[in-house]
Amino acid sequence: MEEWLYIQTEVYPALLKGFWVSLELILPSAICGLVIGILVGVLRVYGSRPVMAAANAYVALFRGIPLVVQLFIWYFGLPYIGIYLSPFTAAVLGFALCSGAYHSEYIRGALLSIKRGQMLAAQSLGFHKVQMIFSIILPQAIRLALPGCGNEIIYLIKYSSLAYMITCIELTGQGKILASNSFKYTEVFLMIGACYLVMTSVAALILGRLEDRLRLPGFEHHRI
Amino acid sequence: MPGSLIAIGDALPYLLRGSLVTLIVVIGAMGLGLVLGVPLAVGQVYGHPALRRVIAVYVWFFRGIPLLVLLFLFYFGLCTALDINLSAFAVAIVVLGLISSAYQSQIFRGAILSLPEGQFKAARALGMSDLKAISVIILPQAIRLSVPGWSNEYSILLKDSAVTYALGVAEIMARAHFVATRTYQQLPLYFAAGVIFLILTWVGTKGLRLLEEKVRIPGYSTHGL
Amino acid sequence: MMPAPILRIENISKRYGKKDVLQGASLEVNKGDLKILIGPSGAGKSTLLQCINFLVKPDEGRIWLDEQEVHYAHKRDLYAYRQKVGMIFQDFNLFDHLNALENVRIGMVKVKGMGKAEAGERAVMELERVGLGDHMQQYPAQLSGGQKQRVSIARALAMDPKVLLLDEPTSALDPELIGEVHAVIRDLGNNGMTMIMATHQIGFARSLASEIIFMEDGRILERGTPDKIFNHAENARTRGFCSKITELYGER
Ligand SMILES: Nc1ncnc2c1ncn2[C@@H]1O[C@H](COP(=O)(O)OP(=O)(O)O)[C@@H](O)[C@H]1O
Ligand SMILES: [Mg+2]
Repeated sequence: MEEWLYIQTEVYPALLKGFWVSLELILPSAICGLVIGILVGVLRVYGSRPVMAAANAYVALFRGIPLVVQLFIWYFGLPYIGIYLSPFTAAVLGFALCSGAYHSEYIRGALLSIKRGQMLAAQSLGFHKVQMIFSIILPQAIRLALPGCGNEIIYLIKYSSLAYMITCIELTGQGKILASNSFKYTEVFLMIGACYLVMTSVAALILGRLEDRLRLPGFEHHRI
Repeated sequence: MPGSLIAIGDALPYLLRGSLVTLIVVIGAMGLGLVLGVPLAVGQVYGHPALRRVIAVYVWFFRGIPLLVLLFLFYFGLCTALDINLSAFAVAIVVLGLISSAYQSQIFRGAILSLPEGQFKAARALGMSDLKAISVIILPQAIRLSVPGWSNEYSILLKDSAVTYALGVAEIMARAHFVATRTYQQLPLYFAAGVIFLILTWVGTKGLRLLEEKVRIPGYSTHGL
Repeated sequence: MMPAPILRIENISKRYGKKDVLQGASLEVNKGDLKILIGPSGAGKSTLLQCINFLVKPDEGRIWLDEQEVHYAHKRDLYAYRQKVGMIFQDFNLFDHLNALENVRIGMVKVKGMGKAEAGERAVMELERVGLGDHMQQYPAQLSGGQKQRVSIARALAMDPKVLLLDEPTSALDPELIGEVHAVIRDLGNNGMTMIMATHQIGFARSLASEIIFMEDGRILERGTPDKIFNHAENARTRGFCSKITELYGER
């Protein structure tokens, strides 16, 4: 009885609060990350030489350095040069920039795998470069890149837990506080784990649906 | 600026000892992931349906929960509850290894499934038992096909190992943070940590590329998988 | 008295879902025979050959090798039996991670338990026999189709099979490479190897077959000497198929 009361009055509200913070972290990060990824991916394939080099450097840096280190740089490091970010802002900035770098890899791969004939045909119809990229190339590339980008979003859901390490109290942080107060580490972290499992599974389901919705003959992916 | 360079220079030996810890964690986790991942993959492809179900749940569990949560669960939760006395360092290897086994099993599984069915048939036609066909014909090919995925797994583990700082494992990140908070040279030190990770990633993937070359079979592409 | 057949197949049937792919096929093969299976694509030739060494499990039917019935549910018997019945596939199925020599050697080492050195010597011999003495270190991807098929024949021969099953061994080959594989098979026949072979190569079948077996829709419709099947077939379907195939593949 006492247990139940504890769950109702302490655990449930705390987890719910943490869950909302997690969602608030994940959604903008995912959207910004995708936008960055698409832009950078396009620049890495169709940009001028210096632009291409800059984009490649960005990706190498943000994929090569652990996300924890990046978050620490944004939150604990920037004050060194007089820039102060809230934990939440630093987390979203870190997530978006990092996942953007990963997304761009898939976008780039997809763009490169589109046959030259597609572009020749568009050019022969009088498309200019930007038109061609947006109305012929990207619609094909996004379908090819979707499984990879989808995976990236699932990674993002899991990595959002790292916001706890720069003191942004989301789901994992709430769990840590609850567990330290009650000493019920196993139970609490199993519950937290279950929350993440639900989030990642639901995301996988939605992404699978989206893939089905966008499916065209010839663009199938063989899921293994 | 010189102040920051001096801080990095002073901390460098200390940070480099941290990269040794990082590497041990990564190599340990990769080894554990390999040892568990291969049988998991074989079980998931060729096993009894009930076994396949169990393995699928295992993979779903370890791929669906954040590393940080699993670290807390194992270190503060399970180790205490089950009265197992493991250091943070050991827990880090075990948890990263279990997660990696789930991912590695999917790499191997994909590789096994990508082999033409005729390979198995031809092995059987020679009179091999299924177990022998898997160990002599299927796995040697699947493992070669898995090397690129493996090199990817290395760089993921390397970056993930920085999270074990949360348990107090004295790896690169923990040491950088320790020095940073004492010298107030945060940005330079985190940057230095980042550069060390970049170098380790680069060296490791180069090494695995060499391995890939070494086990490569003429005309047998491991790319484009 | 006739000698007992080396391989006897009785009433083999196989269904996939609702489709009867094989409907009671029976066959007796004597030592040194070369039986040739012909018939349109989808007739069930591959399925029959794969049923013979149980790569496909027949739903019904019995098989005897040297008058011993094969009990395929008994694993040990099955593996021993498969060693004695070699199989050549249309698409070779060489082990891609092993070079030619290792491909031929692996069955002897891993299945028969021979020593590596001894197996290696035998592998060299078999490869030389099929004219590949100079290509022993090459990997499958470095060999032409005809060379691959000859390695796969050497791999089967190294197991000392009593019967060889060949499933369209030249169908995946460019026309100019067919001859080298046919030469090896012809040689085997002259040396008394017992073989069952599915093929569309009418010229080859006509000159070497001890019996031609015409299959359609999972049934053996007619069988007889090449002369009978190609010139005096009783069944209208056989005649139709033979004239079509002769037109396509010509007299070679
Ligand atoms: N694994 C299978 N599942 C379902 N149908 C099959 C399978 N294998 C073969 N078949 C069907 O059996 C029939 C005979 O095939 P096959 O033995 O390959 O003929 P052939 O070798 O004479 O061309 C075909 O109609 C084919 O579609
Ligand atoms: Mg066939």
